[in-house]
Amino acid sequence: MVSTINPHLVWIAFFAPLVSCVVITLFFLKNKTFSSLTAIFGILISFACSCMVFTQIFQSSPAGQLQESLNWIQMDGLVINFGFLTNPLAIMMLLVVTGVGSAIFIYSRGYMDEDPSSPRFFAYLSLFAFSMIGIVLSNNFIQLFIFWELVGLSSYLLIGFWYAKPSAADAGVKAFMVNRISDFGFLCGIILLWSLSGIQHGRTFQFTDLASVIPHLDPHLLTIIALLLFCGVMGKSAQVPLHVWLIDAMEGPTPVSALIHAATMVAAGIYLLARTFFVFAPSVTALTFIAYTGAITSLMAAILAVAEDDIKRILAYSTLSQLGLMVMALGLGGPMQGMYHLTTHAFFKALLFLGAGSVIYALHHEQNIWKMQGLFKKMPITGWTFLIGTLALSGIFPLSGFWSKDAILALAFEHNTVLYLIAAFASGLTAFYMGRLFFVAFWGEPAKPQKGHGHEIHESPWVMTLPLIALAILSTIGGFIGIPQYIFPNEAPETLNIKVAIISSIVAVLGLVFSFMIYGKRTASDPLIEKLGSFHTVLKNKFYFDIVYGWYVDNIQQNLALALSHLEKGIIDRAFIGGITCLARAGGKAFRYFQNGIVQFYALVFILGAILLFLFLIKSFALIFVLGIIPLLLFLLLA
Amino acid sequence: MITLGNYLALSGVIFSIGLIGVMTSRNVLKVLLSLELLLAASNLSFVAFSKFNGDYAGQLIVFFVILVAAAEVAIGLAIVVLMYRRLSTIQADELKELKW
Repeated sequence: MVSTINPHLVWIAFFAPLVSCVVITLFFLKNKTFSSLTAIFGILISFACSCMVFTQIFQSSPAGQLQESLNWIQMDGLVINFGFLTNPLAIMMLLVVTGVGSAIFIYSRGYMDEDPSSPRFFAYLSLFAFSMIGIVLSNNFIQLFIFWELVGLSSYLLIGFWYAKPSAADAGVKAFMVNRISDFGFLCGIILLWSLSGIQHGRTFQFTDLASVIPHLDPHLLTIIALLLFCGVMGKSAQVPLHVWLIDAMEGPTPVSALIHAATMVAAGIYLLARTFFVFAPSVTALTFIAYTGAITSLMAAILAVAEDDIKRILAYSTLSQLGLMVMALGLGGPMQGMYHLTTHAFFKALLFLGAGSVIYALHHEQNIWKMQGLFKKMPITGWTFLIGTLALSGIFPLSGFWSKDAILALAFEHNTVLYLIAAFASGLTAFYMGRLFFVAFWGEPAKPQKGHGHEIHESPWVMTLPLIALAILSTIGGFIGIPQYIFPNEAPETLNIKVAIISSIVAVLGLVFSFMIYGKRTASDPLIEKLGSFHTVLKNKFYFDIVYGWYVDNIQQNLALALSHLEKGIIDRAFIGGITCLARAGGKAFRYFQNGIVQFYALVFILGAILLFLFLIKSFALIFVLGIIPLLLFLLLA
Repeated sequence: MITLGNYLALSGVIFSIGLIGVMTSRNVLKVLLSLELLLAASNLSFVAFSKFNGDYAGQLIVFFVILVAAAEVAIGLAIVVLMYRRLSTIQADELKELKW
């Protein structure tokens, strides 16, 4: 197979953001203009290279595969490589990461303009882009895991970017901790898979080698491996019950929310599932578990979003919900549908977050939707693009969200009715809460400027609106450019399931209509609070996940840690370490009686020693024993 | 006929006398003299082995031993002189400072 993909381009796309991160850190930490330009330049180079690779795929042989590996660590039985593996899936994802990333980088230049430490922000952002590209291109599990952790690190840095604000710092720590928990399972899965992979040629982490080993493995063990790997996905892609970090992560700057928590980082989990689907595909149990986890996440997040008032948090919940749908699609054996939705979702969710950022920027960091009104007239570009994003997310024909969501719903419809009903209901709710957000924040007459503030709301600068427009165009046409056929050229092209399409369209429209009926007229507060009654309290507390986790940490984990600490201090420190020192001290105490200062005694001991050595050499142990007693007796006599 | 065994027996006797001298004498000079006996005994066995094996390495080693013994006597006597100056005695059991 002769491939015409140029490997240098892939390497450049890989490392350009890292270079810009390093350059910013070394030279431009005080210079806002150059730091942002460097970061944008880096990601644009990466994007350009990805585009070139993308065009080369069509000239190359159908699979478009290219692998290049450097030997990184080599020991007996352990080989770790550093390299990349491209295939249509990876290049599609690369395009999404660098493309959406570019839009967000450019947008950040406007959004972070007033922040004094924006150079640091751009350095982090570049580091994040590098780690994400690393995940996309990695050709083995260890390299993937390293970049996986790097993504976790950079998301920690970015969420806690405004570290002076305690809630932001806490959110960063929370995201990191939750991801650590899931990564533990992930790493266990990787190691287990590696230890079992030696049946043919020796153990390996390489995806391509593993793919040929998998069919020979024990199916039960494979299920365990798949579930452990899925554990990592649950953390990064924020599936129940490890979803709690994503909502708090909204404390970070809005471009971060757009980049990390909509378009790329949370998509890493889905991407991992699709990339290593060969591990999951043989295990029906694991797939079922994955599908139900996704469906529950999707439903729960959609319900929670209804009661949320913070514009970014609503979007975060919708992200959770859509991620749930994607995970469900993969669980139903449809990596194509999952990746399709991931791609379109990246477009319109980045668009929505950037639109929200534009609103927040204009309102001087006001995020409560009940304090916004009539923004549509004040900010026409933001308003229109936000409307496109809303409709795309709700799944209205013919926007991109309709096609990809419909593919997932059709898949569910064919395989599992329960999952289909859950997903359809979640989609309806999605339309409802997005309509709620739109009608409350954008609809109606603009508020008159209040006396104290004295500022007029106006449209954001062009560096912020331009990415919005670009993303809006992508969100609109995303369904027509043949993404699924491109990613999986071997599979039959998706045919539209008319029945499912009509039902989901009706559900989506119904959701929007309901939201208009409730929120079309301006009210001071949410009319839904009274209707939902005590259930609203449950929603406000996010189904008590945080409270339960808090209780668990305070009462169980804390006590366990205390008990372990006592174990460590009492038994390991005192018994083991203390025992050894005691032994040494007692030995010293006993033997120092030999040091009695009488030279002749020393000579005697020395001679006895020499005799013992001699006896030892001629192997007469009985005599050794007898002679060994003598110095002891002498010692006792003298002492 | 004098055999190897005779030499070795003589050597063993001298060595034992030396050992007992080292262990029992209180006088440091006597200890040094007994040490010389030890060295002489070992020299004797070296030379005897050398003669009976027809190998000159043993005689070579004896020269080394004599050399080292000379050095040892020089240092040992110097120590004895110093000891006498400081403590006005050359009894070994008076030297008991160096203990725990």
